[in-house]
Amino acid sequence: MPGIKSLEDLKKAREEALKKRELKAASGTAQVIVGMGTCGIAAGARDAMKAILETIETDAISGVIVTQTGCIGLCEKEPIVQVVIGEQPKVTYGKVTPEVARRIMKEHVTGGKVVESNKINL
Amino acid sequence: MRELSLHLLDIAENSISAGASRIEIVLSEDSALDLLQMSIIDNGKGMSKEMIAQVTDPFITSRTTRKVGLGIPLLKAAAEDCNGSLNITSEPGIGTELTVKFQRSHIDRMPIGDLVSTIINLIICNPLIHWIFSYHYNEKNAIFDDEPVKQALGDFPLTEPEILTCIRSMVEETIQEVNPHFSQDIVTIYNQPLRR
Repeated sequence: MPGIKSLEDLKKAREEALKKRELKAASGTAQVIVGMGTCGIAAGARDAMKAILETIETDAISGVIVTQTGCIGLCEKEPIVQVVIGEQPKVTYGKVTPEVARRIMKEHVTGGKVVESNKINL
Repeated sequence: MRELSLHLLDIAENSISAGASRIEIVLSEDSALDLLQMSIIDNGKGMSKEMIAQVTDPFITSRTTRKVGLGIPLLKAAAEDCNGSLNITSEPGIGTELTVKFQRSHIDRMPIGDLVSTIINLIICNPLIHWIFSYHYNEKNAIFDDEPVKQALGDFPLTEPEILTCIRSMVEETIQEVNPHFSQDIVTIYNQPLRR
């Protein structure tokens, strides 16, 4: 079970995050979806996910929702990552290595610029 | 798949698809019995006897995008290669329990791998599911239950950077508490030359 001390740390982290969030409440929320079917996992989806979460931590990116989905029938293109920012249409990326995942987070999610090299046209 | 924790991620996906609201993962290592055992216990919609009989067959899946399911057959084959087994018990409307056993010292037994990443991944991506992870290592054991964490956070998102760091260290502490020698690096190094 999480100890009392770590829960206190968590509450502190929550307070800090809340303060920062109020400052940039205007920014739209981004959703990042990683394909976690058997095909995705075998192709390295967990490493892509790890890179995404680590980039959120190192670059202190707030307001991103990270979720997973099953196989979407494009197994040969796995690992697949989809990005939805605000009202914009969904962008689907294929062959997402940890390096590409970091680029997606920095260039697309934070910078608003689609990473064309790995974009899949559905 | 080269890591037991990748299989764990994959098998847990079945529980999520089965609509589980509570998923418990139990990992046990026992050097005296030379046993490595992993169970995934969910309260999802369960399976009929026929479905259980079929589910280890690579040509059965509940997915609709493709007609071939490989997750469970792959893990079953890996376990059987290491003098182990894979068993499923399930009851429709109650839930499913999948247990896989390996001879721990078997030369072909895959490493546990990056367990922390797998658990973080499951918790963060499925915030509506109550996750319980317990790790038994010989006579020691520790539990990470994400309920107190979620209560402390209220409806605050788990994906905020500060929160991610906090949850990661909690999961790491749980594993280290039971097995101070648990190291992803050693596992990775040991895994590399075997495949080259």
